[in-house]
Amino acid sequence: MERLRRTMMFVPGSNPGMVKDAYIYGSDSIMFDLEDAVALTEKDSARFLVYNAIKTLDYGDKEIVVRINGLDTPYGRDDIEAVVRAGVDVIRLPKTEAREDVIAVDEVIEEVERKIGREIGSTKMMAAIESPLGVLNAYSIATASKRLIGIALGAEDYVTNMKTKRYPDGLELLGARSQIVMAARAAGIYAIDTVYTDVDNEEGFRKEVELIKQLGFDGKSVINPRQIPLVHEIYTPTQDEIQKAIKVVRAAREAEEKGLGVISLNGKMIDKPIVERAERILQLAVASGVYKEGMENEK
Amino acid sequence: MKLIKRAVAGTLESSDIQVIIEPREEACIEIELKSSVEKQFGRQIRRVIRETLEALGVENARVIATDRGALDCTIRARVLCAAYRASGIKGKYDWEVIDKWNA
Repeated sequence: MERLRRTMMFVPGSNPGMVKDAYIYGSDSIMFDLEDAVALTEKDSARFLVYNAIKTLDYGDKEIVVRINGLDTPYGRDDIEAVVRAGVDVIRLPKTEAREDVIAVDEVIEEVERKIGREIGSTKMMAAIESPLGVLNAYSIATASKRLIGIALGAEDYVTNMKTKRYPDGLELLGARSQIVMAARAAGIYAIDTVYTDVDNEEGFRKEVELIKQLGFDGKSVINPRQIPLVHEIYTPTQDEIQKAIKVVRAAREAEEKGLGVISLNGKMIDKPIVERAERILQLAVASGVYKEGMENEK
Repeated sequence: MKLIKRAVAGTLESSDIQVIIEPREEACIEIELKSSVEKQFGRQIRRVIRETLEALGVENARVIATDRGALDCTIRARVLCAAYRASGIKGKYDWEVIDKWNA
């Protein structure tokens, strides 16, 4: 089954209390930040902290992601060395503008994997796209390495570069979001949306999550544990959606058994994309824990 | 690893430990520990500090540690960082060594 990446929670890599407790909030992925959340004078201490935590603590089935500093800083190389050795699941690249940025990090990861005898390619990557140039190169970035599991939008730098700001309706991000989700789908990887920083505005957050789900994103970066249940709720299929999906999948199987080329349900013809969507809803329902796999086969 | 100056790593926030390391003349590791859980975990905290320094090859050091309920992995991280800072080594970490004893 596909991995759920509905929520990726940002945790400052310099804070031992938050690093220790990160797993209790129930996000699908935990992202320890060594980049913007860490002061320049604490880059070394945060790196040692995250390295020791990943090596020692058991985060269960949570996916562990670390946002490293770029290779154009004095910290990037050591960040990669530390977290690959620690056994991180995914390395997140900041401010990715071109496929060369991905390839450069891929090469350093491979060097470390080779050195420590880890399977080449076992450390995955995701790229954060945070500029107009990055958005224009989204597909080229998304296909730059086999390690890539997803691309993510980082909106704050992007809107500044675009000479605008973030508005409540998110219209200023529509172009970037559409391009990123399209690039991710074309490359067969995940698309993760940017953070919503106004943590007390629950209504605004809900609207934004509904919008990115509508656009096709797999999930969202979150900065506060309170945002996690809301995203999961919006991404969990409703009982009504599940019931409809069961009917569609059953009709498709019946048609297949009878050797019929055309599927019909309640007198309406059903196309292949509709069946695919129904199957996806059931997968998501299983992954969200609201539906038991294979129940559509029971009469 | 040779220490050349006094250095500090970590904070006084909950779940953290502040570690101050300074070089000393005599060849021994002296640890001064303040912890709210000194009675229960004092020995263990001292042991983790000592083992970390020994693994790095530090022989002459005075350590002043103020613990706020840090896990062992946090203690190791803070001691590692303070020792590297006290040695003046920047960015040339011996990951082979760190990785080996820290398995």
